Amino acid sequence: MPTLKVDGIEVTVPDGSTVLQACEEAGSEVPRFCYHDRLSIAGNCRMCLVEMEKAPKPIASCAMPAGEGMEIHTDTPSVKKAREGVMEFLLINHPLDCPICDQGGECDLQDQAVAYGRHSSRFGEGKRAVKDKDIGPLVQTIMTRCIHCTRCIRFTEEIAGTNELGSVFRGEHTEIGTYVEKAVSSELSGNLIDLCPVGALTSKPYSFTARPWELKKTETIDAMDAVGSNIRVDSRGREIMRVLPRLHEDINEEWISDKTRFACDGLKQRRLDKCWVRTDGKLAEATWDDAFAAIAAALKGVDGKSIAAIAGDMVECESLYATKALMTALGSPHIDCRQDGAALSADHRASYIFNSGIAGIEDADAILLVGTNPRAEAPLVNARIRKRWLDGGLPIGVIGPQADLTYDYDYLGAGPKTLDDIANGKHPFSDILKNAERPMLVIGQGALARSDGAAVLNTARRIAEATGMNADTWNGFNVLHTAAARVGALDLGFVPGEQGRDVDGILSGAESGDIKVVFLMGADELDTRRLDKSFVVYQGHHGDVGAHAADVILPGSAYTEKAGTWVNTEGRVQHAEAATQPPGDAREDWTILRALSEVLGHTLPFDTFGALQTAMIDACPILGLVDEQTSGNWGAFGAEGTLGTDIFESAVENFYMTDPISRASPTMAECTSVFAGEKTDKTGTDG
Amino acid sequence: MLNDSDRIFTNLYGIEDWSLDGARRRGDWDGTKDIIARGRDTIIDQLKESGLRGRGGAGFPTGLKWSFMPKEEAPGRPHYLIVNADESEPGTCKDRDIMRHDPQKLIEGCLIAGFAMGAHAGYIYIRGEFYNEAVHLQAAIDQAYDAGLLGANAAGSDWDFDLYLHRGAGAYICGEETALLESLEGKPGRPRLKPPFPAGAGLYGCPSTVNNVETIAVAPTILRRGAEWFSGLGRPKNAGTKLFCISGHVNEPCNVEEEMGIPLRELIEKHAGGVRGGWDNLLAVIPGGSSVPVLPKSICDDQLMDFDSLMAVKSGLGTAAVIVMDKSTDIVAAIARLSHFYMHESCGQCTPCREGTGWVYRLMQRLVTGDAAIADIDTLEEVVGQIEGHTICALGDAAAWPVQGLIRHFRPEIERRIRERGKRAA
Repeated sequence: MPTLKVDGIEVTVPDGSTVLQACEEAGSEVPRFCYHDRLSIAGNCRMCLVEMEKAPKPIASCAMPAGEGMEIHTDTPSVKKAREGVMEFLLINHPLDCPICDQGGECDLQDQAVAYGRHSSRFGEGKRAVKDKDIGPLVQTIMTRCIHCTRCIRFTEEIAGTNELGSVFRGEHTEIGTYVEKAVSSELSGNLIDLCPVGALTSKPYSFTARPWELKKTETIDAMDAVGSNIRVDSRGREIMRVLPRLHEDINEEWISDKTRFACDGLKQRRLDKCWVRTDGKLAEATWDDAFAAIAAALKGVDGKSIAAIAGDMVECESLYATKALMTALGSPHIDCRQDGAALSADHRASYIFNSGIAGIEDADAILLVGTNPRAEAPLVNARIRKRWLDGGLPIGVIGPQADLTYDYDYLGAGPKTLDDIANGKHPFSDILKNAERPMLVIGQGALARSDGAAVLNTARRIAEATGMNADTWNGFNVLHTAAARVGALDLGFVPGEQGRDVDGILSGAESGDIKVVFLMGADELDTRRLDKSFVVYQGHHGDVGAHAADVILPGSAYTEKAGTWVNTEGRVQHAEAATQPPGDAREDWTILRALSEVLGHTLPFDTFGALQTAMIDACPILGLVDEQTSGNWGAFGAEGTLGTDIFESAVENFYMTDPISRASPTMAECTSVFAGEKTDKTGTDG
Repeated sequence: MLNDSDRIFTNLYGIEDWSLDGARRRGDWDGTKDIIARGRDTIIDQLKESGLRGRGGAGFPTGLKWSFMPKEEAPGRPHYLIVNADESEPGTCKDRDIMRHDPQKLIEGCLIAGFAMGAHAGYIYIRGEFYNEAVHLQAAIDQAYDAGLLGANAAGSDWDFDLYLHRGAGAYICGEETALLESLEGKPGRPRLKPPFPAGAGLYGCPSTVNNVETIAVAPTILRRGAEWFSGLGRPKNAGTKLFCISGHVNEPCNVEEEMGIPLRELIEKHAGGVRGGWDNLLAVIPGGSSVPVLPKSICDDQLMDFDSLMAVKSGLGTAAVIVMDKSTDIVAAIARLSHFYMHESCGQCTPCREGTGWVYRLMQRLVTGDAAIADIDTLEEVVGQIEGHTICALGDAAAWPVQGLIRHFRPEIERRIRERGKRAA
């Protein structure tokens, strides 16, 4: 803990701190471009020069380790001069195109030029121009603006782990690029836009659409995967313009995935903004009254045992609670949230959450990945594993899909047999887990959503128990979800009640005629052909699979259009805010359910969102503990059974399209065509 | 003038046999085992006493530098000796002659230096353009291996030492010690931030010391003949002999070994046949390679050639590459050419050097023709001041100093051009 003086103020900083951190601690602002908390130190922009007593030259504070008894000055004429000098150098070859630059208004160079620069330029020579590079459909490059801070290079090398950017040439001809022109394939590439301190890397889909000061900024929670990234949604009027990350050390740090960031243009496409009722086999526009009347007519005389509800993957807890309440009122035990048929039960919370927490990955000293490709299912979980892996001493074993995860791992096997071997201690990796102090197992939906899922879960539990994963201070048994709504739904017990049918049971019941009416609460990941014989009510926001199969469509809200509670894969409860209004006739989901219940004669007992939330928290107290990750009870979950021989596949085939919003997004479609192997450009020799 | 008996490089001109046999006849590898038997601390102490300062340009005391290496080798962190043979400073060609005519001096020095810093491996990073030199040096290394002077139990000293030759790819910046390490590791040659210094974390993160070829090559002779002999030559704090490379407008350009502190005029007139057209035809001298500020004739008249004397006149000994310019020289164009060199060789990593060197060169270009305002000279001076001392490595300083020297001593000439051009235009 060195103690040093900054501008006469004595500060003590932790070992390993830099002078720059000490300056911040002392309240002296030090400008910087290349330095970034989460990246390695480059020390190349020279903006953070400060004076150190006994040093002949100014020192780069970002790179200098803080030492005992140092005396630092950040306010001397020589420091001012050094900053002005660096600022002038950065600007001589930087274009004066702020008025047409998307970074304008949130540009580090702009801000610091005002704060630390000279009032005018003395540069009378010609400026440098650099050819732009095409690095894919997400990130726009305007390379003339580049100040060569190398943050982007360090990000791809260190955080994303794809090593795709570098610098070529030298001196003033230095250029950042991919060398051979290609799209940057990282699913975290959008973060390059945030990292770039100038307008050299900007968002392609957002180009020239808005200025930061005209946007309404709503801090909320992402629902594109089960990570629950903290995001800020920037909107103008009723339009979502862009999505940016918010800091949450335990979840997403300051990154978000490309789907979280760029799928928001899907919110403007294929929206359900009116009610629709199927008459004579064709869907026709309808009013709310007509739609409710059609549902009431269909339910007339139908026994509760013939009604079912399936919850989708992007529904907030409040609507799920309301749906469940309505189904209970109608007398139906047939509700399920596990669209994919995952063999998870709601009995033991520890059996369906990511117990260690995402930040807990950093404490793990051995990891076994089962039936998951975290890079596609939850890029930020994958980035966390890579971060831990970079620290060294982390054996990682994979059973299941053999993908490029951006870190080295031992490929142990493809299917349940290897898992069984580890459970029985017949595999060398079981010793690695046993000998680890904090072993971790991450099981994906690919291993659970199959006919032997319960047996796989049982085997995974046996491994966890045999290797000490469920210790008092450490629980390394982790289920990685892909659906944002899933954990919340399980917490609410949105699973079949007594003698209730699960998803497969509901679908076969619909085929056999036992189930007559099915509510799809935003459920789109089903084989809806099996619902042909039943009356289907779809409530949701996109005209996707579920809506196509529906007899009545009730237009609801997307995750950016409603306040609500979400529970991420860790079991962390978070509260989201509405950024905009739902389009057209669409309403917030809970209000639709409330109104419908009245028409059906089972009025739900809440008239305001607050009352609904209170009722929900009364029923499920965990949901009241916002931003807390509550641990769950352990138990004999899973079921004995025969393990199958099919190999584990990832639950996510194409990272860019996993839900109705991303399937509707033009940007995600472009990414799919670029990255997911769908070739569009043909050459003369190619076919 | 240096006595022949005090010369270290007795085959500097390649008149004799450069092979191991020839080198042994000249006294190399004589009693190497006994020198090593003195032990690490004694060797370092004797080098400190000799007053040897690094010959690569900065003049850091060599014995002190070696003493920075950790005393004990930490597990998994071997020590490395790295010899900087990336001789690229314009005007300098001393290491080149050592490597092609007297390579065994360097190889013997590597073994002793390696032992003194606890290194079992040494790398010689040779400038890529030095093809024939690399061939010679590799042949000499092979001869040393065959004679048991390198490898396991090198020269019967009980010390295992392997020496590798690595050819660079021709970048000036790779002569900067940390850029050299990067390049040696297979990365682009970009200087590292210091601290950590190479003695703590150098090649592959292990303790390393980077020394110039000449520094390493003189070490065996110093240890053989005694620290007193070496420190008795030259001037206080500027001891010993030094290779000077005299080029430019002299009648007989040459490399010559001389005592430190020799007067510049004596050096040029005795060894290089004098300035073309006589001493009075001298305009200026760059005394230590392209990086150091130029000196006008008035200073050159009685200037001594050593680190401190040249520092006193705001220049430097650098690599002791004496570039002589007579009155036919366009001094502004000459320095502008150097500015172009630094612009071209800047690695582009840090802002002041990347952006500043280009600006300086463009300003200099305009000063050559006088297409500027008088105020531009002040701007130029400020711009080089903004580069100097603000960069990661010393290339920024090296780019600034020649321009500073020019403005300091030849401002009237620059102003004259601007005024004359102004008159022509009017």
